Amino acid sequence: MNLHSLAVLADPNVQLLFLRGTLTTLELFFASAIAAYALGALLVVIRMSGWLPSAAVGAFVEYHRNVPSIVQIFVWYFGVPQILPQSWHTYANAHLSAFFFAVVALSLNAAAYISEDLRSGIRAVPTGQMEAARALGMSYLKAMRWVVVSQAVRGAAPALVNQALGLLKTTSLALAIGVKELMYVARQLDGETYATFPSYLTPTLIYLACTLTLMAIGSRVQQSTRFTR
Amino acid sequence: MIEFINVSKWYGSHRVLHDVNGRVERGEVVVICGPSGSGKSTLIRTVNRLESINNGQIIVGETDVNDRKKSVNRLRSGIGFVFQQFNLFPHLSAKDNVALAPITVRGLKKGEAYDRALELLDKVGLKSKADAFPGQLSGGQQQRVAIARALAMNPPVMLFDEPTSALDPEMVGEVLQVMKQLASDGMTMICVTHEMGFARDVANRVWFIADGEVLESTTPSEFFATPRHPRAQKFVADIRAH
Repeated sequence: MNLHSLAVLADPNVQLLFLRGTLTTLELFFASAIAAYALGALLVVIRMSGWLPSAAVGAFVEYHRNVPSIVQIFVWYFGVPQILPQSWHTYANAHLSAFFFAVVALSLNAAAYISEDLRSGIRAVPTGQMEAARALGMSYLKAMRWVVVSQAVRGAAPALVNQALGLLKTTSLALAIGVKELMYVARQLDGETYATFPSYLTPTLIYLACTLTLMAIGSRVQQSTRFTR
Repeated sequence: MIEFINVSKWYGSHRVLHDVNGRVERGEVVVICGPSGSGKSTLIRTVNRLESINNGQIIVGETDVNDRKKSVNRLRSGIGFVFQQFNLFPHLSAKDNVALAPITVRGLKKGEAYDRALELLDKVGLKSKADAFPGQLSGGQQQRVAIARALAMNPPVMLFDEPTSALDPEMVGEVLQVMKQLASDGMTMICVTHEMGFARDVANRVWFIADGEVLESTTPSEFFATPRHPRAQKFVADIRAH
């Protein structure tokens, strides 16, 4: 085995490059995740309350499920600014970064999946639960809050953790619109040094460390909120 | 205390309740029995508006149950309801099940609500299981917790919808024991049940219902000794056969 190319990783500049890339990846992830979970929950509320026709939310979900994520990112970064009015377009060019559009695309995409997971979690709670809560005099909202949703979230937890993992991995697509995240800097290093193997080994290990951490947190949370049916 | 006046209900063209009339006085225990599919459960569920009605009136205390101007939540918080399938909240411990509604609906302080919850669990013989989750309890224990949960709102009326039908035979007794205790404490109760022993020992009146109609409303001793309506005679004979 020829491992001398690994020496490039000893360079402090390279380490700094990967550190910056990792931080950008984590920023992308946390910004998108917070927005995605909030929006996902909102979509469920919209769908169940009938504020919008459920077909509208359904179309939103189907678009994000059936169009490749990279296309969604390009649509937001290259496509959407062009159809905005000129003054907005100028504003967008001047003030909104690739990072911003990446977060928009990633969070909308994840929100679509999260809303479906939450919705099936809610549907999995037996109707007798809502009935028992209402029979005690709880309002619909109180019954949802204390009885239905608190069970649905526990039931949907494995799927919700999966969405977080998926989102973390999908942030790597932001390299395509020039966000200097982990894969972007890896390609940059490869291009500059031809140390191809360490260039991609490093992000592999960093992504793994992040996803394994997420999984550990997820199973920790699930264990502490477990109940026996 | 509870009054049904010409209560009717249809599912489409199928009439499930047919001009039901009847009164339950304060402190009375009424057992509703009849063949399956006769509308017993539907009838008891109309009392706290878990089921709507198409015609007639139901009065609980002073309140018209179907008066849309009255808060259904307030109505329901004054009527304890016990389900056939218990419907305990599986993510909450026994004492949390009991304390949840007093805290979230009545705004009781947590300390007060839990003191009361433990008192009620003690009353149903389950103080030692206060921290157990429903999944760790037997059917009979779950149903007793469910009774404590319903009692936590201090309802003047308790409704039981086949409370022992989902239980293994050896657990029926412990639930009936709790219900008997409630009855002797003077609780106003309507029970849909197949437990004819309970009807005989505890009920003030038996309502026999078939095809959505109350065919007989009488004392348990008369009902079992001399049922008048042919359907009731057949029902009593079928029970005797066991």
